[in-house]
Amino acid sequence: MSNNYSRRSFLRTAGTVAAVGALPLTLVELAFAKAEDNFTFAYISDSHIQHIRGTKFVNNWDRGLIRAVAETNLISPKPDFVMFGGDLAQLGTKAELDHGAGMLGKLNGKLRCVMGEHDYYLDLGEYWSKLFGPQYYSFDHKGVHFVVLNSILTTDEWTYKRWPTGEQRMLEMAGLDNPNGSPFMVGEKQREWLAKDLAGIAKDTPLVVFSHSPIQKIYKGWNFWTDDAEQVQALLQPFSKVNVVYGHVHQIQYNQIGNISFNSVMATAWPWPYPQSYAQAEQYMPKLTIPMNRADPFFERDATGWQLIDVNTGRVALNYNLYSNRPRTVAFDPKLGHPVDKQFQAEATLQPNQTQY
Amino acid sequence: MKRRSASMFTVVVGAGLPAAVALAGPLGLPPVPVPADNPMTPQKIALGSKLFNDKRFSSTGEVSCATCHDAGKAFTDSPLQTSEGINKLKGTRNAPTVVNAAYFTTQFWDGRSASLEDQSQHPFVNPIEMGLPNHEPILKIVRTDTEYVASFRQVFAVEPAAITMEHVKKAIATFERTIVAGDSPFDRYYFGGDKAAMSESAVRGFQVFLGDGRCVSCHVIEQDQALFTDNRFHNVGVGINRIQDKVPEIAPKFIEAKAKGLDVDKAVLSNPSTSELGRFAITEELDVLGAFKTPTLRNVEVTAPFMHDGSLKTLRDVVVHYNNGGVTNKGERVNDFLSGGIRELNLSDQQITDLVAFMEALTSPQYAKPATVSALAAGGTP
Repeated sequence: MSNNYSRRSFLRTAGTVAAVGALPLTLVELAFAKAEDNFTFAYISDSHIQHIRGTKFVNNWDRGLIRAVAETNLISPKPDFVMFGGDLAQLGTKAELDHGAGMLGKLNGKLRCVMGEHDYYLDLGEYWSKLFGPQYYSFDHKGVHFVVLNSILTTDEWTYKRWPTGEQRMLEMAGLDNPNGSPFMVGEKQREWLAKDLAGIAKDTPLVVFSHSPIQKIYKGWNFWTDDAEQVQALLQPFSKVNVVYGHVHQIQYNQIGNISFNSVMATAWPWPYPQSYAQAEQYMPKLTIPMNRADPFFERDATGWQLIDVNTGRVALNYNLYSNRPRTVAFDPKLGHPVDKQFQAEATLQPNQTQY
Repeated sequence: MKRRSASMFTVVVGAGLPAAVALAGPLGLPPVPVPADNPMTPQKIALGSKLFNDKRFSSTGEVSCATCHDAGKAFTDSPLQTSEGINKLKGTRNAPTVVNAAYFTTQFWDGRSASLEDQSQHPFVNPIEMGLPNHEPILKIVRTDTEYVASFRQVFAVEPAAITMEHVKKAIATFERTIVAGDSPFDRYYFGGDKAAMSESAVRGFQVFLGDGRCVSCHVIEQDQALFTDNRFHNVGVGINRIQDKVPEIAPKFIEAKAKGLDVDKAVLSNPSTSELGRFAITEELDVLGAFKTPTLRNVEVTAPFMHDGSLKTLRDVVVHYNNGGVTNKGERVNDFLSGGIRELNLSDQQITDLVAFMEALTSPQYAKPATVSALAAGGTP
């Protein structure tokens, strides 16, 4: 299957569908009875729009979002809707959220948003909600039940009692590895809502859950983490096809826990490295005193991207549009029962190791 | 100091290079890569030169390769903005110089040809270049013209009836591989160790080139040679800026038409909007929408105007465009697909002047303006 996967741009692939009807977006076999039920949506995330002063914003982050929006608008046939995966702003200010909303406003088609911690902790999501609506909700589309969670909440003590101002609270949570931060959680109230929301849904209905933080525990030190992940997962496990798509990590990750497939999306702003826990042995790398904000420091879009997602099997297939890099597809493999990177995982197409100097 | 002229090439039979032999280059350039199936011979070079200059290979009998790649104009048609083919028909792109094209890993501004051999066949049959309906008229001439018959027999050991476009393409490419030029004041300064070879302004400009100007990231210089290209494609805000509002309409339509068999070579040279899709028209990757190949900067001084569409008249205009972060006039809208390497540079006027002086130091002696040559002679520089 993966050997035959043709690496093409989204536009070509999608355009071919429109023109010839020959090449599906991915080679995942269609599970839906009716071909017209097949659909795609675009997913843009982690733009971190950052206000400097007056009308000045960080150009680099602006360009990432502008480009993702412009490219999304070129996809043909049009994605059914566009998700924004959270952290639209850097410090949650009105100026940042307004500026970001202006750029997102150029999208053709329906936009839905996920709350990120950078959007939330200044005013606890008040202005964000004015712009984008409820912080958690669900909707149905072509036989799939979609759930959007606000997964970046934390304890009441940390949120309401610990910091003298909203500004300081925001700054404490904005640092990736700041020990003053606090583990993210979905929280009891939302879990109760989720249980009710899912109560009326048939167990064979495909579920797609969007959250900002991973609803799995990856690395607590960087809040690649949701503290009540197991409890949320328990609500999802009874369904036969469950997909959790999350942002926050600024890198490609995928995992399978029971019936739940996990996929991360790329940031449009900057890449994060892998957390230290991935090294599994003591490292003697020189400590960086100059921050590296991308793999190739010249090309500001390097190691960022956005994704076109299709759910033709009731499982998500993420097509990553990456800059200065080959596009990648991570899709659920029904034989293996977990997501697979079509290009980099299959034995026959393994890439030779990079030469280390 | 070692110096070699283009005509006195040496074929280096590469030990451990089974796939290709390499041709030793002049100061500042690596050996010219030569495909294993098209070795260089003096007779083949002469044949290629004759084909390159033959106007009979156009529908009007007035246009040859050399019309737009004129040896007297550093193998361009400077000062034309975009090239003129048969009946003065105007194309969409500025003629890239043949000088050092042998080093490119792809040919044409959008890299749609993988080799000089492949490239050479297309202009003959492009309706706005040489306008032939197909390659048959060329084959008819080379199979009957007595000089060509003798020449092809000598070079390829082929009888007239068996001459194909493969032979024609190989001969032209072989000629083009001899059109290499280094040995510029910069080469003598940097690789030759002659610290007096560049003016003080050019020396300062070299530092801008390496530093604040961010030029070297794409116009690459290596330790022992400099091609001044990364052989990649970048959207630098030229051409695309003019059509950016139309991209959502043009791009999907083009892809659809291409899937239905549209001739890309003809479309990009005849339709000014399609042309600006750049590398995207070839690979269909969003990453290279509006992107064009990084040209070498060697001999750039004598190939004005500049950029793929010839839209910038002077080297100073080019530097100002980059200094503005990918727009020709400050304050214009930056295009949505701009390469991540392009941003405002905040160069001073002096830095801009110096950077231009540096680029003017990249001219090889054989293409230098007469004044420069006589100045060099008067100064007794080797």
